[in-house]
Amino acid sequence: MTDERVRQMSLANRLLTRPEFGAFLALVVVWVFFAIVAFDNNFVSWVTTAAILNRAAPLGILAVAVALLMIAGEFDLSIGSIVGFAGMAIMLLITPAEAGGFGLPVWMAVLIALIITLLTGFFNGVLVMATRLPSFIITLGSLFIFRGLAVAIPRLMTNRTQLGGFEDYDSGGWAAAFATKIEFGGARFDIAIIWWIVIAAIATIVLLKTHIGNWIFGTGGDANAARNVGVPVAKLKIALFMVTALAAFTVALIQATQLNSADSLRGTLKEFEAIIAVVVGGTLLTGGYGSVLGPVFGALIFAMVQQGIIITGVDGDWFRVFVGGILVLAVIFNNFIRQRASKR
Amino acid sequence: MSDKILEIQGVSKFFGSVIALQNVSMFVRPGEVTCLLGDNGAGKSTLIKTLAGVHKPSEGKYFFEGNETLFESPREALNAGIATVYQDLAMIPLMSIWRNFFLGSEPLQKNGLFDVENAKRITREEMAKMGIDIRDPDQPVGTLSGGERQSVAIARAVYFGAKVLILDEPTAALGVKQAGVVLRYIVEARNRGIGVIFITHNPHHAYPVGDHFVILKRGQILGDYAKEEVPIDHLIQMMAGGADLEQLQHELAEATGRGS
Repeated sequence: MTDERVRQMSLANRLLTRPEFGAFLALVVVWVFFAIVAFDNNFVSWVTTAAILNRAAPLGILAVAVALLMIAGEFDLSIGSIVGFAGMAIMLLITPAEAGGFGLPVWMAVLIALIITLLTGFFNGVLVMATRLPSFIITLGSLFIFRGLAVAIPRLMTNRTQLGGFEDYDSGGWAAAFATKIEFGGARFDIAIIWWIVIAAIATIVLLKTHIGNWIFGTGGDANAARNVGVPVAKLKIALFMVTALAAFTVALIQATQLNSADSLRGTLKEFEAIIAVVVGGTLLTGGYGSVLGPVFGALIFAMVQQGIIITGVDGDWFRVFVGGILVLAVIFNNFIRQRASKR
Repeated sequence: MSDKILEIQGVSKFFGSVIALQNVSMFVRPGEVTCLLGDNGAGKSTLIKTLAGVHKPSEGKYFFEGNETLFESPREALNAGIATVYQDLAMIPLMSIWRNFFLGSEPLQKNGLFDVENAKRITREEMAKMGIDIRDPDQPVGTLSGGERQSVAIARAVYFGAKVLILDEPTAALGVKQAGVVLRYIVEARNRGIGVIFITHNPHHAYPVGDHFVILKRGQILGDYAKEEVPIDHLIQMMAGGADLEQLQHELAEATGRGS
């Protein structure tokens, strides 16, 4: 039997059905815009490109993890707080006992901080699954809980909310792995960019080429239907909350090595920036649809607008107005092309 | 005919003081379509859920492949080979056909990755075996029509080795042509030796494909008739309750008479 309604989809239509396509288009538009407007400010240069990528990398790492979680149908508003929390955990464990810390060797401090951070994700996930409350509410609570802990515990122990001196204890390996600058074209690129690419590549493979990826889509599309065919929905979601915590930990480690310190307030508002990158990247807020590449583009757009505004000398106060506008436009645009593409 | 693959005897189901099913017995043989007919509120849903392993019968016996069985969960029933396709389906509209087809049972390559190529190929082949030519396995299920979605669900159940297929009103929300398509898959599944339990409230859909008809009314079995012994008019009469229907016809005739 052949269907009389068979129609070959054009290449353009095929591209349109890809979740990251809108973000890619927006990325090109934003780049061209600044390339014209800010050409005299040296926008088209290795230095500016490096600045954009260096800015985008930490946000991009968070966005990749948040994307997987959002495709599975859950939010994590606490990820910014966990960045601050994880950074303080690392530094507090390293800081010598006479300064109020634990004085552990760096590798042990990193390992223990990693485990504690994964537990924060586990805590979020279990709470969401056990209470069946929206993750929006649960992680809104943990946004305050972990930020509060990131301020209160170090203050209690060391009487400070900033802890420095990572390099005094590092024998060099950690800084080399997470804070190296790579010279290219006269500009300095952070090694974090490479971490970002590696993490995004792994996430893409998991999402598109493994059964776990199929479970992620299925769980976000309809958790009940997925459960009925045997997908371990609760375990999957808890694991994904732990993945976002792991991404937050990675960013905290990058910042601790780059800036040589931790600060209780680090990562503030990153949860929203990550969600913006993910949504601009074409992921559906309600789950079940999205990609990893889209949020990568989303993070690039975010950083590009930020950098573009800085170098054009426009008052930085306008940055939020631009970003908010782009977010709304991107969502409208994505909705529009998705509807167009899915209709025949 | 071969032996009954699934049978219940004297099954009752109580929810508190409510008697949802009372002393219900029915069966299906391999390569046979048992139609379960009943109007709204007859207890069809409860019976399906009991057969599918969602509910445990309060009284009575459940036999599968000749052995008395009690399934603890729908998953257990599914593993034994009893696949249920519910009215609201277990299809995820935003996901592609092949992703839906293999959700929860993904084929893996030797390196542990999802065998995407095979998944797409098998999806296309299995759908073709059921007589449907899917345009593109990458198409989201949401773009398929209701009948096509039912077909994907049925094809999936058949592919994963269902011995008994329970179909909950698969034609209820469909137009005439679409319903015809689904009915053809029911026959197709039967021809492949699967025992099909086809639940419907539409005798016109049941009659062409059914081998025997079980009529459920107010939680009880009104009768179990082989196709040879019951003409379709009779079936409709019994389903609706003959007296009620005559009364309705009478009232309608009166109303139309007054109108003109």
